[in-house]
Amino acid sequence: MYPNNYRYTKEHEWVRLEGGTATVGITDYAQHALGDVVYVELPKVGAKVTAGKSFGTVESVKAVSEIYAPVSGEVTEINASLAGAPELINSDPHGQAWLIKVKGADPAGIAGLMDSPAYQAYVAEKEKEASA
Amino acid sequence: MRYLPKSPSERQEMLDVIGVRSAEELFRSIPEEFRLQRPLNLPGPLSEAELIQYFRDRAAENSKGYTSFLGAGVYNHLRSVVVDTIIQRGEFLTSYTPYQAEISQGTLQAIFEFQTLMCELTGQEVANASMWDGSTATTEAVLMADRLTDRQRVLVARSLHPEYRAVLATYARNVGLEIHEVGFTASGQIDTSALAAAIDAQTAAVVVQSPNFLGVIEPVAQIAEMAHASEALAVVSITEGVSLGVVRPPAEADIVALEAQSFGLAPSYGGPYAGAIATRDKFVRQMPGRLAGQTTDAEGRRGFCLTLATREQHIRRERATSNICTNQALCALAATVQLCLLGKQGLREMAEQNLAKAQYALAKLEEIPGVRRALSGPVFNEFVIRLPRSVRLVNAELLRDKIIGPLPLGQFYPDLTKCGLVCVTETTSREEIDRLASGVRRILAEPVRGV
Repeated sequence: MYPNNYRYTKEHEWVRLEGGTATVGITDYAQHALGDVVYVELPKVGAKVTAGKSFGTVESVKAVSEIYAPVSGEVTEINASLAGAPELINSDPHGQAWLIKVKGADPAGIAGLMDSPAYQAYVAEKEKEASA
Repeated sequence: MRYLPKSPSERQEMLDVIGVRSAEELFRSIPEEFRLQRPLNLPGPLSEAELIQYFRDRAAENSKGYTSFLGAGVYNHLRSVVVDTIIQRGEFLTSYTPYQAEISQGTLQAIFEFQTLMCELTGQEVANASMWDGSTATTEAVLMADRLTDRQRVLVARSLHPEYRAVLATYARNVGLEIHEVGFTASGQIDTSALAAAIDAQTAAVVVQSPNFLGVIEPVAQIAEMAHASEALAVVSITEGVSLGVVRPPAEADIVALEAQSFGLAPSYGGPYAGAIATRDKFVRQMPGRLAGQTTDAEGRRGFCLTLATREQHIRRERATSNICTNQALCALAATVQLCLLGKQGLREMAEQNLAKAQYALAKLEEIPGVRRALSGPVFNEFVIRLPRSVRLVNAELLRDKIIGPLPLGQFYPDLTKCGLVCVTETTSREEIDRLASGVRRILAEPVRGV
């Protein structure tokens, strides 16, 4: 479910580092909690994002939620297909529904985030809390 | 949502459950120094009979039998008794804003109809559930342009209603917007060369009112084109909705802010009125407030729902698109009823009467020696005349004949001293216009008294 080569945040974003480019999205847990996604607001190419700061919003029928950057850097690409098909976030959150690509991210910072087993344990804990 | 009163014993029971001694204790988190230490300075309660008498006395203070030529953002128009009959139905009159929205299908449908009418009037694709009034709608339109463009410079026509400009300045001061005013020419229209010089890559919006505060219809398409050339947005404010019966709708604008008072809402001291914001579909998520949508229920029947509430203050707190959290549903309903009664043809006929009567009034006043039309641009139901002496002094004389004369403009525009704004609507009779003209003629023929 949660790819091993990705890293995860407590706010339920994922990041994948390839070459110098970090790709960012929200996790399956996040899409599930949000429900049907109807709109995504993303920054412009060239915008600076800061780790831990909001860079956009995901709107579902229930709520509008902030998306927090797992890394700092400059946006080099945004996923334009989400404007016409925001439901991709529900169907393929870890793949087709990536949100932004960022350059200049610090690899050490990414390595410090949760890996797949750690995130799965974190999510399991969250689910236990919710059902308690 | 209902407000139900509670008895002292019920209050005590509630306090016991949460474990506090008094309601006062609940405010402990507010530091002592910020809490009011005395009772509110309000008169005591009145009995029903006293209350009725109080309002009868206030109502008796209203003057009767006066003919008014005032407009300037608030207009006398015919309103059908059907408006009051419908808005006084308890289901509409007593209901609070729908927080549990979908159980209030009637309210949502009324809002949906209002939005549809606002779109048809303004030539825009989507309209919200209403704003407080035209001034706050105009300000919210500017804030929306700021969010959409991520720019802070706003060019505002000096012919935008002075009170609207004051409301905008109040907001702008605290959100870091830079307001620059652009003047008008001898036509009364915005000075397009000054506008061209002022627009730059930091400009979020160009804001004009049409017909403007001086009654003059602005070249909206041209202004929008100039704004778009710098990727700024064109915001058009409309205070006199009836003008849209004959004036081309501002379809080229990106955001239209409208005051709906002209439709079924009587002029009254301080309102309440109803505003609206209409815009392009692609900007809908930056639109303040809420939107009623048409949908189908689980059984495929037509129904209405509230959308965009996810971006409102009660859900998004400080990240909300606006600090407006409800809407002017009852006033918007009044406007909806009046517009539906008028219909397309009725609105057009009403607008044509305004136009024709204002032209008649202008011609009659221009015949008077010393009276001139001050601005040459095209007008709808208001126009500016220049008198050879103070408008206030002339008005004081007119008042003796129970005529409320033109609005003196010098208080807002020092360059327009001795100028007055005359408003004529379908409610003004030819006889009343003739009385105004003969009154002004007689007063100006008399020697000047005082200053």
